[in-house]
Amino acid sequence: MASRRWASPLWVAALSLVPLALVGWAWSLALSRSLPRADFVFNNGTEVSSLDPAAANGIPEGRVIRALYEGLYTREPIGGNAVPALAVSTELSADRLTYIFKLRPGVVWSNGDPLTAADFEWNFRRLLDPETASPFAGELWCVRGARELNTGRDAAGTPVEPGSVALGVKATDDATLVIELVAPTSHFLELLAAYQLSPVHRASLEAARQRSPQGWTSEWTRPGALVSNGPYVLAERRLNDRIRLVKNERYWDADRVAMRTIDALAIEDATTAFNLYFAGEVDWLDGNVPASLIDRLLTRDDFDPEPYFGLYFYRVNTTKPPLDDPRVRRALYATINRVQICDRLLKAGQKPAYTLVPWGHMGSYASPPAKKEDLDGARQALADAGFGPEGKPIGTLRILYNSSEQNRSIAELVANDWSEYLDLDVELENQEWKSYVDRQSNLQYDVSRSSWICDYLDVLNFFAVFTSDSDNNRTGWTNADYDKLIAEARITVDPAARNSLLRRAETILLDELPILPIYSYVSQNLVDPRVGGFGVNPLNEQNPKYWYWMDEPELARSRRALNKREKKVSSHGPKEGLYSPKAQAERKAGGRTRK
Amino acid sequence: MKRFVLRRALGLVLTVWIVVTTAFLMMRVVPGGPFSAERRLPAAVLANVEARYHLDWPIWRQYLQYLGPFNLDSQGLLGDRERPFGGVLAGDLGPSFRYRDYTVNQILGESLPLSLALGSLALAWAVAFGTTFGILAAARRGTKLDLSLRLVAALGIALPSFVIAGLLVLVFSLALGWSPVAGSSTFAHFILPSLALGAPVAAYVARLVRTGLIESLSQDYVRTAVAKGLPYSTVILRHAARGGLLPAVSYLGPAAAGVLTGSLVIERIFAIPGTGSHFVASALSRDYTLALGVTIVYSVLIYSLNALVDFAYTRLDPRIALEEL
Repeated sequence: MASRRWASPLWVAALSLVPLALVGWAWSLALSRSLPRADFVFNNGTEVSSLDPAAANGIPEGRVIRALYEGLYTREPIGGNAVPALAVSTELSADRLTYIFKLRPGVVWSNGDPLTAADFEWNFRRLLDPETASPFAGELWCVRGARELNTGRDAAGTPVEPGSVALGVKATDDATLVIELVAPTSHFLELLAAYQLSPVHRASLEAARQRSPQGWTSEWTRPGALVSNGPYVLAERRLNDRIRLVKNERYWDADRVAMRTIDALAIEDATTAFNLYFAGEVDWLDGNVPASLIDRLLTRDDFDPEPYFGLYFYRVNTTKPPLDDPRVRRALYATINRVQICDRLLKAGQKPAYTLVPWGHMGSYASPPAKKEDLDGARQALADAGFGPEGKPIGTLRILYNSSEQNRSIAELVANDWSEYLDLDVELENQEWKSYVDRQSNLQYDVSRSSWICDYLDVLNFFAVFTSDSDNNRTGWTNADYDKLIAEARITVDPAARNSLLRRAETILLDELPILPIYSYVSQNLVDPRVGGFGVNPLNEQNPKYWYWMDEPELARSRRALNKREKKVSSHGPKEGLYSPKAQAERKAGGRTRK
Repeated sequence: MKRFVLRRALGLVLTVWIVVTTAFLMMRVVPGGPFSAERRLPAAVLANVEARYHLDWPIWRQYLQYLGPFNLDSQGLLGDRERPFGGVLAGDLGPSFRYRDYTVNQILGESLPLSLALGSLALAWAVAFGTTFGILAAARRGTKLDLSLRLVAALGIALPSFVIAGLLVLVFSLALGWSPVAGSSTFAHFILPSLALGAPVAAYVARLVRTGLIESLSQDYVRTAVAKGLPYSTVILRHAARGGLLPAVSYLGPAAAGVLTGSLVIERIFAIPGTGSHFVASALSRDYTLALGVTIVYSVLIYSLNALVDFAYTRLDPRIALEEL
């Protein structure tokens, strides 16, 4: 039989060698990955979608990109205001349409190439190029010619030839960048501080493109190939595992950078991340802490929730009867027991929200007084609309939310309020993320869980969501007066006048209620008490440049400044601290003078 | 043998083709796309992005482009002289939608070794513990030892691997500090996850070995061996085991598949950046190419493993010939 020869021991050996070789290869690769611990390790929560600032759009991306690159402006850790970074001076013309930036002299890329104003001009063009497909491009339409370059159409919607467009961004010499705007834009410097506007190295991108004109290559973002200009360079990137950053010695302010190496982990599981923090292998966790632990964490000095400019709210489909009646929406708004949601369920210091602007104020802006829970008023509003015991039946109301335990618990509480106080029939409907987003975009819902996190420290960012031409509106709600007020506020520079326009707009929105605000977010950082230079700001933006480790005396001082009731947890950081060269020198000098 | 290999190879190609086609169509039917996000991209920007990934093409053209081997980019068939070939048949699984800096080939190249390492160690534990405990239980049938081993096996089957994982971390990492909490950089990092992953398989193997062995212990040839006066251990390990292990061996094919696909929970808990974690995540993020790439790799792996086990079966039991498989 032929099969006997084929099934000889030799063949058996050969065949079993295949899986063995495979396993051997796998192990040899798996075990070649050991890295020494970094000076500072934080959990970034997920894998970043890209290291290209123009392609990225998210909070985890921002943390890594801020370490790698630096733009004209950046954010200071305390307060989060936009402050100059590579711009040493900024001049604004009297008509508030032209900005002239002088660049910091002597700034170089991590490969030694000088960074000039021409780099910035090229980067602005790249961001607006349709080929780049940057999600941030829309924010820059306030720059002259930007909308035309980005969409091929002007503001009126007539097609324009991209070649004929003059972009209002010009490098007049190596150190001067001039930007012209379409209209006065009071939040323009805020925009410049966005990480998406960090410059990338032109020569390496063009070289990569030349090597592979049609390819999908992003090889310029690879460790070793990525040329950047920030406090850190990319040393290692392992998908879904970690990004290793190493201090950039060519950075202009390298003397002020303390941590020599930083790891950004991509752990999605909250319990795993917490275990790693607990074991001292992670020094900072972002918001994703296990909800069951909040009570106990609140007593510790490494957990201190701060107000965060984000709003958790329900969108209402205003195109669908009976929700097209503002009185029905008013009834829904007035019966949600927000205090119960915040105090019994969330517990980390989130506050009930009754306005579009979270926390009811932002900078110099304060929301108009809002109506709060009002059960009788709610029943009356519903009866006025012709529904209720004596009126028409309202039918079943569905709350759509993306699958998560917390969203479900909140929806259950809200549904309970509505059925108890308004006698409504409420059903919950959960969907995985993409289906949920799709349903919301296509207005296939009654009431839908939503949130909005501020992109930059300007209140207009919230208002712009609900104009009728906004892609993010997704409620079907349109109001010409509201649109007009927002359009006017966009070009109004005087803060008081602008705030009063916005307050009128918010009054309209809270009267019509296309959204039902529920609570204002808090940041939930779990961070080793020894970490210094940590950002405390309403965007929870962190800049790795400022992080350092305190030594014992400084840690003791910083703990004294804290509330005494809080339990002091032991720190995993180095006892002797880790300071930047400059801070070290200053400390020495300071020590001498004190003696 | 020749026919066996040929038939299996043909079956592999056919299976993978059906899997790819079904998965391709299923991904497109599901609502939401790779670029639908809570912050919607302006329509003009979205069109730019979709065009870049050919999502604006009719579905049949996208399918042909994905399958390959010809690159339909730019001007029709072979229009692109720089890259005339592309698609799965040319070994190119395309760019990832979610991880913009990576191609699917790069992602699999980085993550597959970790999953294979984890899976192989889990299987090794499963076989080692499973056969040992199974043989012990069969040899001491009816004793307290047998009873307690069977109880442990029942627990191993009943408890999901993530519960076992949680318990292992709690005891060995957090309480005793013997093992790292999570990660993948040293061999020590793989011990707990592979134990958790292999535990249910070990439990099954132990059961199968015990039952198989008890059955073959009642066979005439075993009785003959005992009657000849051979030591009990020799009878079990030499004579009974060969027949008694057969059910366990045939289970190893599906077990390997289970370990590979089941690793997604374990990989998440222990933060191991293997392929398992992409299995579900890529479908959820509508990363069409990555989801398809992972599916292809897994179907090839599982199909080949099953073929291999069938082959091993004929070596253990001469009554089974390859022609019948």
